[in-house]
Amino acid sequence: MSAPNTPPSREYLKPPVTEVGVLGWLRTNLFNTWYNSLLTVSVMLILLQVVPPFFSWAFIDSVWNTPSEACRDIDGACWSVIPQNISFILFGFFPDGEQWRPGSAMLLLLGLVFYSKNSKHWKKSLGVYWLIGLVVMGTLMYGGVFGMQVVETAQWSGLPLTFMLSFFGMVAAYPLGVVLALGRQSRMPAIKTLCVVYIEMIRGVPLISLLFMSSIMFPLFLPEGVTIDKVLRAQVAIILFTAAYIAEVVRGGLQAMPRGQFEAADSLGLNYNQTMRLIILPQALKIVIPPSLGILLSAFKDTSLVVIIALYDVLKTTKVTLSNPKWTAYSTEAYIFLAVLYFICCYAMSSYSRKLEKTLHTGR
Amino acid sequence: MKKDPSIATDTELLPSAVPAWRDPAKRAIVFQVAALLLVAAVSYYLYSNTQSNLERQSIATGFGFLDMEAGFEIGESVVEYSAADSYADALLVGALNTIKVSFIGVILTIILGTVVGVARLSSNWLISKLAAGYIEVMQNIPVLLQLFFWYAIFYESFPSPRQALNPFEGVFLCNRGLIFGVPESHAVHGTMAWAFVAALAIGWLLNRWGRRRQAETGQIFPAVRVTLALGIVLPLLAWVFAGSPTAMDIPELRGFNFTGGVTVSPEFSALLLGLVFYTAAFVAEIVRAGIQSVSRGQVEAAMAVGLRPGQVLHLVILPQALRVIIPPLTSQMLNLTKNSSLAIAIGYADFVAVTNTTINQTGQAIEGVALIMLIYLSFSLSTSLFMNWYNKKMALVER
Amino acid sequence: MRLSRLTVLVIILSLLAAGVAFAGKDLDAVKKKGFIQAGVNGGVFGFGMPDSKGVWKGLDVDTARAFAAAIFGDASKVKFTPLTAQQRFTALQSGEIDVLTRNATRTLSRETQLGLNFVTVNYYDGQGFMIAKKLGVKSAKDLDGATVCVLPGTTTEQNAADYFRSNNMKWNPVVIESTSELAKTFFAGRCDVLTSDASQLAGTRAVAPNPNDYAIMPEIISKEPLAPAVRHGDDQFRDIVDFAVLAMINAEEMGITSKNVDAKLKSKDPMVQRFLGVIEGNGKSLGLDEKWAYNIIKQVGNYGEIFERNVGVNTTLGIERGLNALWTNGGLMYSPPFK
Repeated sequence: MSAPNTPPSREYLKPPVTEVGVLGWLRTNLFNTWYNSLLTVSVMLILLQVVPPFFSWAFIDSVWNTPSEACRDIDGACWSVIPQNISFILFGFFPDGEQWRPGSAMLLLLGLVFYSKNSKHWKKSLGVYWLIGLVVMGTLMYGGVFGMQVVETAQWSGLPLTFMLSFFGMVAAYPLGVVLALGRQSRMPAIKTLCVVYIEMIRGVPLISLLFMSSIMFPLFLPEGVTIDKVLRAQVAIILFTAAYIAEVVRGGLQAMPRGQFEAADSLGLNYNQTMRLIILPQALKIVIPPSLGILLSAFKDTSLVVIIALYDVLKTTKVTLSNPKWTAYSTEAYIFLAVLYFICCYAMSSYSRKLEKTLHTGR
Repeated sequence: MKKDPSIATDTELLPSAVPAWRDPAKRAIVFQVAALLLVAAVSYYLYSNTQSNLERQSIATGFGFLDMEAGFEIGESVVEYSAADSYADALLVGALNTIKVSFIGVILTIILGTVVGVARLSSNWLISKLAAGYIEVMQNIPVLLQLFFWYAIFYESFPSPRQALNPFEGVFLCNRGLIFGVPESHAVHGTMAWAFVAALAIGWLLNRWGRRRQAETGQIFPAVRVTLALGIVLPLLAWVFAGSPTAMDIPELRGFNFTGGVTVSPEFSALLLGLVFYTAAFVAEIVRAGIQSVSRGQVEAAMAVGLRPGQVLHLVILPQALRVIIPPLTSQMLNLTKNSSLAIAIGYADFVAVTNTTINQTGQAIEGVALIMLIYLSFSLSTSLFMNWYNKKMALVER
Repeated sequence: MRLSRLTVLVIILSLLAAGVAFAGKDLDAVKKKGFIQAGVNGGVFGFGMPDSKGVWKGLDVDTARAFAAAIFGDASKVKFTPLTAQQRFTALQSGEIDVLTRNATRTLSRETQLGLNFVTVNYYDGQGFMIAKKLGVKSAKDLDGATVCVLPGTTTEQNAADYFRSNNMKWNPVVIESTSELAKTFFAGRCDVLTSDASQLAGTRAVAPNPNDYAIMPEIISKEPLAPAVRHGDDQFRDIVDFAVLAMINAEEMGITSKNVDAKLKSKDPMVQRFLGVIEGNGKSLGLDEKWAYNIIKQVGNYGEIFERNVGVNTTLGIERGLNALWTNGGLMYSPPFK
């Protein structure tokens, strides 16, 4: 086609300016077809309508830390509702002046979570660290030693309560869920039926009905004169609820086990317990780590429902703050703050779960 | 098993030769009986405690309260209801309200979820990123918080009835909701409904016939389009024959509120929007995964055999994608129905909210909670039964 | 391995045990555990609500403190359990709380069917209506067709239904669980009318963006005597709770306040001496320390003081004494003799 001396000159031929750089990127990603161009332009127009007013409401016309009186005359957001009430929103009834304790317990939890993120640290020692960490956190919260004032569990509220309900909900529900999953796979008809009925029943009803049960029905189940703490009852309801969902996730893991694993275990002469404990569960549970994190995530979001039975989780403390006449008018700001708080926690969990899924997947 | 292998005969291996506690079959029976006994004992213990507690606190038991007068009003209802009706009527109103919001919610969620899921896969960077942002934000904020948010937006940003927005003739938008005119009730409306049903039936028959003909001759019959046309033409014919009544029931501001027309309340809208926006984020991910599960080769192969794009979608992509989509979609639809119980927090009179008021007035918590569980279980079970049937059908079509 | 499992089991069991409580006869049980557990509202400003530091404030809260002062001589020996409207009676019946001070209306059916004993009323209330002035409605009889904001599941909702039915009017309820959300909804114009106990209407109006835009209508459609309650079965405990409320009223009648109570100890008046336990007898009859009434007044205050502190004209709520004034001032607060 061309003379043999052309190849060197080809190196100097740059692609047209519309194909590279900003313009090229725009062309391939935003304006590649006529309807994409139309979509891009109309979306941009809508964004222009929405974003600038929101921006000036949230950042330009807003106030950040003033008494509520200063909020009456401004057009923007009154973020002051958060810093002015921050200790009650985050820590609820925890006594004033002692709030460094739940604060540092939360930081400790955060540290442990970050440490556990790295799958290189998944060893026996990790369990020991968690156990120590939990004891330290418990001591920080409850007090009674090193001159710390005793703080009853009834006063644990706000963010620590939210974390506690979801974390213990998950930890305690896991063994129960595994047992239920094994029961559902069992060859014993009575056990299987019991487990299936339990799992399907719990999964069929909303969490709110279980919370109602714990708060207004459960006291009737106990003998006269015996009462169980309100928070503990809600905790049990969350555990029972979460266990049914974990059971289904674990069942997925069990079903993913190749038949050969069972047969190999049988041929080694292992009994049921040994087969499950040594062969099946370690592999099955590894597969289901990412979906289990998904359940932890929804348990975390679902704890916000305890607001309906008057437990002081972080949503309830916010709502109580908003019942104060001074701050009633600024619920939007408070809800946005909470939404951001929840989003940070949930997003961290979900993106971690996705990352884990990828690394575990390539491992197999 | 320390036995001399030399004397291991067939009779030795019979179950009777194994000690009872080592026999898996017998052990299983003992184990099951023990488990059942345990469950029965615990139930009996709780039951007897409950009995004595109820007696001591002189709380009435049984469902006798259902016949008593409820004595409270309900904001919105699909059927006629007033405070003079019984608790059973009130609960029915609540159940219908739950069904209403769930049904409309499911339909809108599937539509929005599909749109966002497809947008997530769009080649347009802006659209794709917006969809991704939407999915992340919605999935990671508790739905209860979102409901509070939507409700606040509804009643705060719309004007009062006297300053109601009136974008079209007969349509009003204010903080009492969306109010719009509907045709005045006329005898022909029933006939039109029947005409529509008849169109669907004819369409079904045509579809069967078309398939048979296609199997025999290879000619394709556009059954869907014909059915759609029939569905419009037949009711229209009925309407014209009845003298085309055009009288409208236009809402009018009288006293405090609009009378006439149909009102969509802010509570209903907030609940609907909250549930739809939240659940659609999950549905979008499901749809995306479903579409991505169909390998590129399938599409190329379909085009290679000469199918048109519509046919590629209809005959190749959808049947395979739906098989991946349907099971998780089912559980999301059930989640939406269950989450509709959060209505109580923003004042929509769903089943839980009505039951809650009933419990409060009668003190009969056990019956109330049992009713809530029963009704949601029946929703869940009927949905799963339907979906199982549908799944089986899809699976058969595929193989 | 085995040890760690055992440890875990022990930890779990002790956690569970921490939440389980066994109660005996009410007064003995309260004395044994060293504090009184009171059920309160948790979300009604002026009656029972934590402040921004998590300290409980309100008329009902102070009433509960008076019980602690009477029994233990220390008003701080009380713990509060916030309860929703439907949890409140179950919580009392099951023994989760010892006394309910959560603006509960005393009614015949609650007293008999729920097995509760209400004591002396600590706040006389009645249900009313609040409306935006610009709607130009003067009387509740003109509310036909109105949209009404109301808290669900309370006597309020039923009263409203009864009122509209008996006056042959149509209405459209908007029910929202939380008081603050309800107020917000009303001010945004979602409803024409807000109905609630008059005390709460006053409080709600006080926090309106512009209080002068709203008017409380003259009609009061119900009687709401709000009283503390205990469960059936321990009459001595009931007497203590009853007379703790009465002691605050009696102190106001006698002009004894938290400021002058120490000086009054030296009073020559035998009625005052008997009341404050200088002349012994009352305490022994109730099974309490002779200083019980002194402790209430010294640590919590008399009825007038707790009223003015929490809901009175100088607070955000700005409620007049009205029915809650002493009988000598035309109200209903009346105490039997303390002898």
